Amino acid sequence: MEGPKIYGYIYGFPITQTLVNTWIVMVMILVVCAILTKNMQKRPGKAQVIAETIVTVMDGLVGQTMGKDKMRFAPWMLALIMFLAFSNTSGIYGLRSPTADLNCTVGLALMTFFMTQYNGLKSKGLGGYLKGFLEPMPFLLPINIIGEFANPVSLSFRLFGNLLGGGIIMALLYSALAGLMFFPIVIPVPFHFYFDIFSGLLQSFIFTMLSMVFISGAMD
Amino acid sequence: MEGLDFIKACSAIGAGIAMIAGVGPGIGQGFAAGKGAEAVGRQPEAQSDIVRTMLLGAAVAETTGIYGLIVALILLFANPFLG
Amino acid sequence: MIGDANIVDFLLQFLGQFDGIDVIKAFSAIGAGTAMIAGVGPGIGQGFAAGKGAEAVGIRPDSQSDIIRTMLLGAAVAETTGIYGLIVALILLFANPFMG
Repeated sequence: MEGPKIYGYIYGFPITQTLVNTWIVMVMILVVCAILTKNMQKRPGKAQVIAETIVTVMDGLVGQTMGKDKMRFAPWMLALIMFLAFSNTSGIYGLRSPTADLNCTVGLALMTFFMTQYNGLKSKGLGGYLKGFLEPMPFLLPINIIGEFANPVSLSFRLFGNLLGGGIIMALLYSALAGLMFFPIVIPVPFHFYFDIFSGLLQSFIFTMLSMVFISGAMD
Repeated sequence: MEGLDFIKACSAIGAGIAMIAGVGPGIGQGFAAGKGAEAVGRQPEAQSDIVRTMLLGAAVAETTGIYGLIVALILLFANPFLG
Repeated sequence: MIGDANIVDFLLQFLGQFDGIDVIKAFSAIGAGTAMIAGVGPGIGQGFAAGKGAEAVGIRPDSQSDIIRTMLLGAAVAETTGIYGLIVALILLFANPFMG
């Protein structure tokens, strides 16, 4: 699996495979949301029940992990986990996953990083925020600072590495099957199930849970 | 022997050594799975909670193994020392 | 094989046939791989934390979110030495101070 192909340039800005696949994922999410929320009534039909279940489960997760006073983060967390779920599982519909590109995962991790720092500053004030680095012992200050920067690095590299590794393994599997003159019918199925569906959903859940823990931990 | 071949050979060695990082998550996730099984055996109705916690921790433990995989894949497919 | 009376002479003669820059690049590749052995530690430690976390949730399932939060915060701290190894490996690969 090579790096993302560049399809062309607009005013010097490259249009990469990652960019196009992100748009495709966005369109898919919009279509799913439009289908699920069409014609909402007080006595819900089947589609509305699915939508309500998703929102209720996510609200419960945010309330449990971050605390009942931080429910304003719930829409962003649901958007994040939906985007990650749809884009990590892109392998099963034949697209190169947008999150298999380090640019995409670093962007998402930086969003979490800035949310953490901003909310920590806002809720603890500048003095409390700076004092937080001296806890529990003052000589741990450099370790605390490095640990603060280690969070987005580990978030982005974990997602990128899992998706890139899965993509490379699937590409190697398909080329091995083609080399052995087997038609790839049944053999790739368990690999898709493990690498694309299970690993993709688990990684999206991990990313969102860690973002929630970091943001709520910074606000104490 | 060409200098480039020597670089390729040592990159292959480096890629293999980088995957020694796979030892850690193997041991750690195995311990987690064992403790998870023990906890489910002690209280089977908490199984979904236990499994969710165990998978969460195991996926976090996976990270350094993935770092080793990234370095190995860089050395194999995106080697900055060749050309 | 002239003058390879011992292994050190043989190695130096073998390495002497390359440009210096090629030897630096080759050994940087080996060094980058060796730096990732630092990944063994957090792997074992975070797995141990996950196991103890699962056990604690089995004992008291209603405090699951507190247990998960503590476990993840501790795992994030344990991650840092693994990241140190990754940083050294990436420096050796992409920002090598010995090449130019």
